[in-house]
Amino acid sequence: MDNDSIDQIIDKQRGKPGSLIQVLMEIQDKNQWLPREALEKVSEKLEVPLSRVLRIATFYKTFKLIPEGRHKIHICTGTACHVRGAQRVLDTVQDLTGIKPGETDPDLKFSLETVNCLGCCTLGPVLEIDGKTFGKAAPAEIADELKKYE
Amino acid sequence: MARISSVAELEELRKDILSKREPGKPWIAFCGGIGCLCLGNDRVISAFAEEIRKQSLEAKVGLRMTGCHGFCEKGPSVVIYPEEVCYLEVTPEDVPEIIAQTVVGKKVIDRLVYTDPKTGEKAAHLFEIPFYRNQTRFLIGNNPRINPRSIDDYLAAGGYSALAKALFEMSPEQVLAEIKKANLRGRGGGGFPAGLKWETARNAPGEEKYVIVNAHEGEPGAFMDRALFTGNPHCVLEGLIIGAYAIGAHQGFIYTRHDNPQLRENIDIALAQAKEYGLLGENILGSGFNFNVEVHLDIGIFVSGESSALMRSIEGKAPEPRPKYIRTSVSGIWEKPSNLNNVETWANVPMIINKGSAWYAGIGTERSKGTKLISLSGKVCNTGVVEVPLGTPLKEIVYGIGGGIPNGKKLKAVHFGGPMGGSLPESLIDTPLDFDALAKLGAPMGAGAMLVIDEDTCMVDLARHFLEFLAGESCGKCVPCREGIRQMLKILTRITKGKGKEGDLELLEELAGVTREAALCALGRSAPNPFLSTLKYFRDEYEAHIKEKRCPALSCKELSASGGAKKNE
Repeated sequence: MDNDSIDQIIDKQRGKPGSLIQVLMEIQDKNQWLPREALEKVSEKLEVPLSRVLRIATFYKTFKLIPEGRHKIHICTGTACHVRGAQRVLDTVQDLTGIKPGETDPDLKFSLETVNCLGCCTLGPVLEIDGKTFGKAAPAEIADELKKYE
Repeated sequence: MARISSVAELEELRKDILSKREPGKPWIAFCGGIGCLCLGNDRVISAFAEEIRKQSLEAKVGLRMTGCHGFCEKGPSVVIYPEEVCYLEVTPEDVPEIIAQTVVGKKVIDRLVYTDPKTGEKAAHLFEIPFYRNQTRFLIGNNPRINPRSIDDYLAAGGYSALAKALFEMSPEQVLAEIKKANLRGRGGGGFPAGLKWETARNAPGEEKYVIVNAHEGEPGAFMDRALFTGNPHCVLEGLIIGAYAIGAHQGFIYTRHDNPQLRENIDIALAQAKEYGLLGENILGSGFNFNVEVHLDIGIFVSGESSALMRSIEGKAPEPRPKYIRTSVSGIWEKPSNLNNVETWANVPMIINKGSAWYAGIGTERSKGTKLISLSGKVCNTGVVEVPLGTPLKEIVYGIGGGIPNGKKLKAVHFGGPMGGSLPESLIDTPLDFDALAKLGAPMGAGAMLVIDEDTCMVDLARHFLEFLAGESCGKCVPCREGIRQMLKILTRITKGKGKEGDLELLEELAGVTREAALCALGRSAPNPFLSTLKYFRDEYEAHIKEKRCPALSCKELSASGGAKKNE
């Protein structure tokens, strides 16, 4: 991510109280993750100590401090999905991708996360690949779907 | 569109909008709720648009993407007005037939309407389907009729008339008195009377005050606030502005989820439209009252739905709760009085102002008034967003609206309030949906997530599951919550793996007791609820796991049905 776009994001929010989280979110939206240099720049320009920037960046699970895979798999393990067999879905995806929740494979193809509720409990078990939601997910269908990603 | 600067102009605009709508003109409402979109409603919508273009019906038929209709189980849902014919599980292939037969030909297509699985009875109209018929849809009922991105749709449905009434016919004190008389209780989980909270914020010293919409909805299994806020954002906004007027706040915040782009967009559009019309900003409707709203995003931790944590998050800090000997309504965001209410609470306000507290207080039970939105999920035939008067027996929700348990299974329990709530056994199914009645039984209603559980779910594993969630979502600031949850989780995990031992339950009870007493905020204090309620009503399951190494629900992988831990396969 180049310096100019970071500057732009910071300039837009500068001076507003409570802007740190918003700035980090916008940078992550553009860059998928938060490189150390970006955090240092945010600290300097917003005049917030780096320790506080890191505290926020490490506290919230949404912020990624390592590069993300090209495709993001989110598996809902919320209650409704849990009682409808989310564990089987998770097992299948782990087997197929070889990674555990919170990990990215070495080829940067997939990143896997479990999430707590996607809000479509009526379709559980649910998984989401690159923002597209798959309801009533069956292991065989998931295997077919994952083959489509490069 | 010019700013509206008086009530007369607002009414004129409303008349103008209504006069442009032809009452007999057919229009098609697509459910744009997250459930239907996941089921491919976007393809159905494009198919309709294309078919209408092909047949050059653009001038004769209206299309409207609306918020969640509610009956998520049978999505994608399409409703054809003015007759209100409701088609369920619609596919793109059905579209030409629907246009030709129903929209043009005014005939109902039998195969697409709701069929009662037990009686075989068909219900062609939305209001005839048992799922809808048995509800009282004051809050969510407008969803199928409103495009959430059109303020004109909301105005056509009578929107912002409560705001006009409050600003011009009532003093802030009168608005407050009305909310107090209606006994509106907070819908976010606490059930605290909203009027008292407003009064505290109003009377707190200081000029600068804030009002906040809590649209965090982090509780797994809760999706009703999203359905309401995404589907009818102006209703929540109108309630917020009225509340700000009563409290004397000129700045509002909406705190919502980052992972739902549709919700965010609808809120942004609603704010921009309200501003353009002069319903937000300086000198609202020419009344001299100023009010602005800012949107802040939660970024993924459950505890940031807690009031003081939420306010830290708006300040750009880590969301750690603080002790509440001084309420946030006295000292909240930047130490200013800040009144926080949940989406559904705010959405009730316009209705109370319009129809009066006496009308509102006529609905519900003695101490719980109005209707309640419920996210009905789990092992129940008809899942979706449900709205019923408080006091409705749970049985009516599970069977009358939910249609019972699928696959011939038996109802085992109903779980309320997600990870901070509790489970009630099948024998208590006649309990009314009431803040106090449920709390007394150990299953507080929470925000309204109602999970139906059948005999396949292990209650020990369910309690473990909730603690696992909370262990990840605790902010870690206070020891009882951070350590208490972790240790309880450790023991429960051991029990579900067949390694439970004598004395485990007593130890768990002790840990639960300490966490409940000593934790700083509601997250920690209610974390033991699922364990305590399942232990109270399903002690035999715990004992089967510990003594016989047996999981009666056949759900714990490491245990067999007949007893004894399985060997490694």
